[in-house]
Amino acid sequence: MTGRLPLPLLLLCLLLAAPARAAEPLVADLTSHLVAITTGFTGTNVVLFGATDGQGDVVVVVRGPDHDVVVRRKSRVGGIWMNKRQITFQGVPSYYEIQSSKPLDDIMPPAVQAFHQIGIANLRMGVVEKRSPEDIAEFRAALVRQQQRESLYPPAVGRVSFLGDRLFHATLNFPANVPTGTYRLEVYLVRNGQVVSGQTSPLVVSQVGIDAEVNDFANRRALLYGLIAVIGAAMAGWLASLPFRNA
Amino acid sequence: MDIYLPIAAISLDVFVLLGLGAIVGFLSGVFGVGGGFLLTPFLIFIGVPHAIAVASSANQLVGASVSGALAHWRRGNLDLQMAFVMLAGGFAGSAVGVWIFGVLRRIGQIDLAISLAYVLLLGTLGTLMLVESTRAILRLRRPGGARRKLHQHIWLHGLPLKMRFRRSKLYISALLPLGLGFFGGVLSAVLGVGGGFVMVPAMIYMLGMPTAMVPGTSLFQIIFVAASVTVLQSIENGTVDVVLALVLLVGGVIGAQLGTRFGTKLRGEQLRALLALLVLAIAMKLVVDLTVRPDDPYAIEAVSE
Repeated sequence: MTGRLPLPLLLLCLLLAAPARAAEPLVADLTSHLVAITTGFTGTNVVLFGATDGQGDVVVVVRGPDHDVVVRRKSRVGGIWMNKRQITFQGVPSYYEIQSSKPLDDIMPPAVQAFHQIGIANLRMGVVEKRSPEDIAEFRAALVRQQQRESLYPPAVGRVSFLGDRLFHATLNFPANVPTGTYRLEVYLVRNGQVVSGQTSPLVVSQVGIDAEVNDFANRRALLYGLIAVIGAAMAGWLASLPFRNA
Repeated sequence: MDIYLPIAAISLDVFVLLGLGAIVGFLSGVFGVGGGFLLTPFLIFIGVPHAIAVASSANQLVGASVSGALAHWRRGNLDLQMAFVMLAGGFAGSAVGVWIFGVLRRIGQIDLAISLAYVLLLGTLGTLMLVESTRAILRLRRPGGARRKLHQHIWLHGLPLKMRFRRSKLYISALLPLGLGFFGGVLSAVLGVGGGFVMVPAMIYMLGMPTAMVPGTSLFQIIFVAASVTVLQSIENGTVDVVLALVLLVGGVIGAQLGTRFGTKLRGEQLRALLALLVLAIAMKLVVDLTVRPDDPYAIEAVSE
């Protein structure tokens, strides 16, 4: 899934194209805007590349589609661990990754990070239930921990690397369990602790081929899907009994 | 080689699934039980979400019981009339069961409910089987052991709505098979089992059916109960993974045929004692999972797209 063009060639094209777009302080694009999940999908890489109009640092934020998430806490009840308390968070990104050309805190002060919602701690999530701030903080930390364990909020393993002063690229590694949907890629150009330019581009993560069709069909035509599942299994059972008819 | 399960949205090794299907099929062939009660816990152990394990097992069960029922039908061991009365109860039971399943899922207790129900069921079943097979082994050692009566008339048979079942040579209240079918339907929906391991003894001891008629009749009605559970789960909860079900079925069919052959060469009592120990071991594993402090007491679930 890595680029259809080799990276040096891409960067070269970009370099040649750069003078024409000198007015833009920041341009960036992906080698592919589609992550296709097929049978046997084990994760993939997408390369982000771009150019700036001079010195500066680059921060890349990859944000999966938002959804509501219930966090439940197990407590011991009569010797058994069961779900007792729960808090529902709204607007939780299903995937969240940050890459930057230097450690984030060296690039911009915390206030600027918070303003642009850069960093897991700065994500704004709504809470449905009325709960104390301590509870919310505790459940939120658990939510982040779970997402990290599932590699859905990966630590910045990769880095935005510069080739010279102006060309940069970064490799985004999506794990096998990457959630589907439309992702938003935010690329920021930062100078002296301030964001001077930003660009967003979409990235679609989607099941393709037979799996996508099965899933789509199961969602939209649940009755028919159920009937086909039954008939399929019954046929398989009948076929299986044929060779043993006289056994 | 990993295979991506479209509904479960996870990748699992296809050979692990085939092997699992084959092992469960083999056991069900050897012991003459459906194997659903072994399959669902195994799926949970390898990381399939509880709800999807249950619903996909029901789907797999349709195929497995078609295969089994056909074999019995060819030998003429099928009481269709009894099966249809039980089915009427079974459909109602599966609808109620799928509804219960949905409610438990919404309040976040489905995993606990499934685990607890399995502990209760497997614990009871394993203990009963162990006691029964130990007694049988002891009885074999003593020459001229007493034989059990084939058909005892109990008060339950005197309930209203009496019906004549010719093939089974019974004249009993229709409420009994109806109620039994209902119970099986609920079990099937909540646990993804055919309920054969509960139905077979109940049909023999409660209804008083001739033993030869029981497995075929039970399997025949399980086909339709499992089919209705599959369709209802698909509509109500969207948890049926056909890919998972079909892979398990392929493994299961091969295993079942091998198991049937192997089973005839072995002594029944020892086999039942072995199965009882296996069932108890699974129940113990579930108890441990429920009672040991979890690594992280928090769990998350996405509730909307």
